[in-house]
Amino acid sequence: MSYPADRKYTKQHEWIQVNGNSAAVGITDHAQEELGDIVFVQLPKVGAELSAGKTFGSVESVKAVSDLFAPVSGTVSEVNEELATSPEKVNKDAHGAWMLKINLKNPGEIDGLLSAADYEKFVAEEAGH
Amino acid sequence: MSAVEVTVPAVRKTALNAVHRQMGAKMVDFNGWEMPVEYPASIGCGIISEHMAVRTAVGVFDVSHMGDIRLAGPQALAAVQHISMNDASRLAIGQAQYSALLYPQGTFVDDVVVHRLGEDEYFLVINAGTREKDFNWVRDSTREFDCAVENLSDDFTQIAIQGPKAVNLLQKLTDADLSAVKFYWVTRGTVCGLKNILIARTGYTAEDGFEIYIPSDEATSARVWNEILSTGKEFCAVPCGLGARNTLRLEGKLPLYGHEISDTINVWEAGLDRFCKMEKSEFIGREALEKEKSESLKRTLVGLEMVERGIARDGYKVLNDAGQEIGYVTSGSPAPFLKKNIALAYVPPESAEIGGTLKVEIRGQGVAARVVPTPFYKRPKRA
Repeated sequence: MSYPADRKYTKQHEWIQVNGNSAAVGITDHAQEELGDIVFVQLPKVGAELSAGKTFGSVESVKAVSDLFAPVSGTVSEVNEELATSPEKVNKDAHGAWMLKINLKNPGEIDGLLSAADYEKFVAEEAGH
Repeated sequence: MSAVEVTVPAVRKTALNAVHRQMGAKMVDFNGWEMPVEYPASIGCGIISEHMAVRTAVGVFDVSHMGDIRLAGPQALAAVQHISMNDASRLAIGQAQYSALLYPQGTFVDDVVVHRLGEDEYFLVINAGTREKDFNWVRDSTREFDCAVENLSDDFTQIAIQGPKAVNLLQKLTDADLSAVKFYWVTRGTVCGLKNILIARTGYTAEDGFEIYIPSDEATSARVWNEILSTGKEFCAVPCGLGARNTLRLEGKLPLYGHEISDTINVWEAGLDRFCKMEKSEFIGREALEKEKSESLKRTLVGLEMVERGIARDGYKVLNDAGQEIGYVTSGSPAPFLKKNIALAYVPPESAEIGGTLKVEIRGQGVAARVVPTPFYKRPKRA
């Protein structure tokens, strides 16, 4: 499995791709594979305030419910409405199916997140347990 | 430190465990058993695909974690009648019935399929999580009868072949005439070269299908499993895990021990009246059920369909319109074939009216659901 180097990752298996003062957020390919068939993505509304490390929504597969954690703090500027009707897009292309776009509150928070290589290592270690 | 040795229950594995891992199955703990929950998308699997394969073609399940108890001897029928709620005297040789083992208070030890294999020979298929409890209970409850009780749970690898094409697939691997075997009947035949294999037209998917009982050594189990899947290619057969098994049985409203039935839920509450034959001779639990019947039910099992967006899950609270807690969800999931979010729940009888609206509490919010007729899914009658 390969993780694009153009973004950062969290230990809760989200990715965040920064573009200036804004960023797109989604879940990793590893996360979608662990979840299985995704049938429901619950996301906040535009304008909602996210704070780093806190839950902002959930993603449900046939079998399980999983919380989504904000990688960084910010304000939701856009929500991928397509996922409301086609949640399976997250299975098909997890790194392309962004969930939210947020305006960053504190861009410095990004530096504390994992690089693609570190995330890959983290996933491998987790699997080893 | 005490000198007493603590036995840590080992994870139990079926003879096909290595095969599942090799195929890339996601393994989970199910009542102490390490079982495949689903196979990978790379081989056309995943819970939804596996579920759909069973509804439209055929799916193959390793269900060797299920237990088996054999009762044989001159008083085998009397023993089975004493410990189970259905009427085993109605079974012809080769016929099977859904039934349950009850505690004296009319609640469930387990649900079982009782097969009559011979004049005085019965074969009970029981749940994985209750194997030891069931066997001990059956043995202890039948001591007064002239019949031998054997735990054959480890003797078989049990493979379920389920779906409208199951008959076509299995027929290619056996000399037994499957067209002559009706639903809930059994036969014996050569399967994949193995002689005298028990073939039952039973299952837990609300679909047509078969369950075969083959020797439980790893080599034989793997060979038969692989042969079924490779022969099944022309019928679009896929391996299926416990995830699809659960969604399939839920669509068909087939109870799961620890969810719809348990040692605190009685037969009337579970709505299994038609499998409980009060008119037959005495059986354990009968007296309590007789008494319960004359009293009004405190709760009853209903089918729910989510009206608003949200998925009810096992254990979620059921609320009335005023937001008061009135019951709980026993099983809830997206239904892949019906493409709805469905659930089974215990609620008071006054809230059980078909068409009525209730709420399911999902992460602190009441989400609307409608009481609907069950089973949610009924297989179409095929000519």
